[in-house]
Amino acid sequence: MDVAGLLRDFPELTLTGLEQGAIYALVALGYTLVYGVLKLINFAHSEVFMIGSFAALWTWQGLGFVYDAEAAPLGSFLLAVLVGVIAAAGASALTAVTIERVAYRPLRKRNAPPLAFLITAIGASFVLAEGIGVYTHRAPYGMPRLLQPEVVFQLGGWKFTNTQLIVITVTLLAMVALDQFVSRSRLGRGIRAVAQDPDTSALMGVNKDRVIFLVFLIGGLMAGVAALLWNILPIGVAKFNMGFLIGLKAFAAAVLGGIGNLRGALLGGLLLGVAENYAVGLFGTDWKDFVGFVLLVVLLMFRPTGLLGESLGRARA
Amino acid sequence: MTNGEHATPARAANGEHAAPRARGWQAMKSRWSEMPQGMRWAGTGALVVFLYLLPNRWFYEYLWYLPTQASDMATVLFETAFFVLLAVGLNVVVGFAGLLDLGYFGFFAVGAYVVALVTSPESKAIVEYNWLADPITWVAAVPIAVAIAMVSGVILGGPTLRLRGDYLAIVTLGFAEMIRLYASRTEGLLNGDRGIPDVPHPVPGVKDATGDSLFLFDAKPYYWVVLTIIIAVVVLVRNMERSRVGRAWVAIREDEDAAEIMGVNTFKYKLLAFAIGAAIGGLSGAVFAGKQGFINSASFQLESSILVLAAVILGGAGNIGGAIVGATITWYLPEWVRGMGKVFGLSFDPSEYRILAFGLVIIVMMIFRPQGIWPNKRRASEFADRRKEVAANA
Repeated sequence: MDVAGLLRDFPELTLTGLEQGAIYALVALGYTLVYGVLKLINFAHSEVFMIGSFAALWTWQGLGFVYDAEAAPLGSFLLAVLVGVIAAAGASALTAVTIERVAYRPLRKRNAPPLAFLITAIGASFVLAEGIGVYTHRAPYGMPRLLQPEVVFQLGGWKFTNTQLIVITVTLLAMVALDQFVSRSRLGRGIRAVAQDPDTSALMGVNKDRVIFLVFLIGGLMAGVAALLWNILPIGVAKFNMGFLIGLKAFAAAVLGGIGNLRGALLGGLLLGVAENYAVGLFGTDWKDFVGFVLLVVLLMFRPTGLLGESLGRARA
Repeated sequence: MTNGEHATPARAANGEHAAPRARGWQAMKSRWSEMPQGMRWAGTGALVVFLYLLPNRWFYEYLWYLPTQASDMATVLFETAFFVLLAVGLNVVVGFAGLLDLGYFGFFAVGAYVVALVTSPESKAIVEYNWLADPITWVAAVPIAVAIAMVSGVILGGPTLRLRGDYLAIVTLGFAEMIRLYASRTEGLLNGDRGIPDVPHPVPGVKDATGDSLFLFDAKPYYWVVLTIIIAVVVLVRNMERSRVGRAWVAIREDEDAAEIMGVNTFKYKLLAFAIGAAIGGLSGAVFAGKQGFINSASFQLESSILVLAAVILGGAGNIGGAIVGATITWYLPEWVRGMGKVFGLSFDPSEYRILAFGLVIIVMMIFRPQGIWPNKRRASEFADRRKEVAANA
C-alpha cells in the first residue's frame, strides 16, 4: 500500500484512468447492446476489437505510415487517423456482422438454448483469435507512433496530454451520438422495442433480424473506433490475444454500469479505468489487471444489476 | 436417410439423427443391452484390461496404425487419459447441470499448486512462511488439493450461481485468468514464472523389476494411475447421475424455474455440481504436478479450458461415455494425425491448428448436431423439442 504515491500522482492516474476507461466504455457498448437485445454475452466481441486493431495496423503499414522516432506532422496524422478509423471500424463491423450471420442466426432459427449461444460465442472467439494467431505467428506488433504524447495545457496539478483529450473527446462524441440515435431515431426505437419485448415488437411490425443486425453493426463500429484509439496510445501493441483482457474488462465495465444500459457502459468504463489506475498507484502495476475482475465479483455479490440498472428497453436512452 | 424414414414424419420431427450409421449404432446398442449381464461384465472387463495393457510396447506394436507414430505412445496415452479425466469432471458441470464453466483450468491450477506447495522442499510455504514443518508426501497431499479446489469452487460459485447462468461463464473465465496472472506476475507465494520445482513423484516406494522406483520419467505408471482414477470417478459420477441428485440436475437443466417450483433446491444442486467439477479439476491438477515434478503458470493456459469444453461438447455433453470419446478425439487424434503425416512423408504440426479447428468444430456442432457425437438421449430430445417449438413461432 502506497497511499502517499497515490496522492502524489493522483491527477495523472485519474487522467490516464479516464483515457483508458473511455476505451473500455466503447468496447463495453458492444456487449451492452447485444445483451440488451439478445440476452447474450457476445464473447467474440473482444475479437472484434482485436480485428479492428490489426486492420488499422495493416492499413497504415500498407500506406507507409511508419513513424517510430518522432511524431507525424499534423496533416499526415489526421490523414492516418481518418484512414485508420475507416479501416478499423469497417473491419470490426464486418467481423461482428459476420459472426452474427454465420454463428448466431442459425441458432436463433433453431431456437437453441442459451448455453448453445454461449458455447458458439466461445468457439467464434477462438476461431478469430487463433486464425489471426496462426497468420501472424503469434507475434506482437508495435503500432506506428503517430502521436507523441505531450502536455497540451495545464490546470493546477492536472496536465492534460493530447492523446487524453483526443480519446476522451472522441468517446464522448460517439456516446452522445449513439445515445441520441437510440432514443430519437426510428431504428433506435426499434432497438428499444425489441429489447423490451421481442415478440410484441415483432407483432408491431419491427423487423427483429434487422434490429439484431443493426445492434451488431453498431457494436462493431464502436469497437473499431476503440481499437483505433487504443492504437494511438503509447502502449499500443497488436497481438492475436490482445482482445481477451480488454474484452474481460469491458464486460466488467458493462456489468458495473448495468448491462444493457448505454449510459451505464460509459460510467462503468470510466470508473473501471480510474479504479485500475488508482490500484496501480496503490499496489503497483502487477495488480492492474486484477481490479476489473475483483470489481466484477464484488458487484455480482452485492448489486448484480449494476449501478444504473439494467434494461435497454426500459431506460429512456 | 432412407425413404422409409422419410415416410414417418413423427420421426423426422423428432429431430433424431437418422443416418444409416446411426442406425447401425442403435442396433449395436440394443444388442449390447440385450446381452446377459455376465456377458456385459465380461465385455467391460475386457475393455478395461485392454486399456491397462495399451501403453506397453509389446502390446501396442501389434495394433497396426493405431499407435501414434511420431511421439511416445505412453506419453500420449497419459495426456489423453488426463484430458479424459478433465472432460469427465467438466461434463458434470456443463452436461449434467447445464452450467457453463469456462475457467476449468483454474481449479486444475489450484490442485497443482496446492500439491506443489505442500510437497516440494523448495516451496515458500515451507521455506519462508513456515506453515508446514516438513514437506508431506504426494499421496497425503492429493486429498488436501482436492478439498481446497472444491472449496475454491464453492467460494466462486456461491455469489455467481444465484445469478443468471451466463455470469458464471464470465466469472469462471476471469478466475482462471487471474490465477494465471497471479502465478506468472507476482513473486509472492508461487514464485512467478520460475515456478515450484522438485514436486515429488507419487509413491516413491514402489519399485519395478530392476529395483528402480516405478514413478520416474516413464509415462506408463502415471497412465495407470490416471486410468484407475478415471474408473473410480466414472463409477462415482454415474451413481450420482442415477440418483436423486442426478434427477435434480436434469430438472434444473431443462427448466430451472419449474424445478424450483417443484421443490428442487436449485442453488444447492448447482453448487454441488460446480463443486464436484472443481474437485475433479483439482484432482487432475494434483496428478499433473506429480508427473511433471514442476509447476509454473505456463502449465495452464486459457486454451486448455476451452479445449476441454470443446471435448465435452463434441463428444456429447451429459453423457459420460460421450465426454470420454470427445476427449480422446480431441487429444489423441491430432497426435495421431501428426504421426500419420510422417508415415506419408508430410510434415506439419496439427496441434498448431488444434484450437482453430476445434473452435470451428464447436460452431458447426452447435448448429447441426448440438447433442454431440454420442449424445445423452434425454438431452438430445431437449434440443429436438426446442427445435419443434420454433416451427410454431415462425
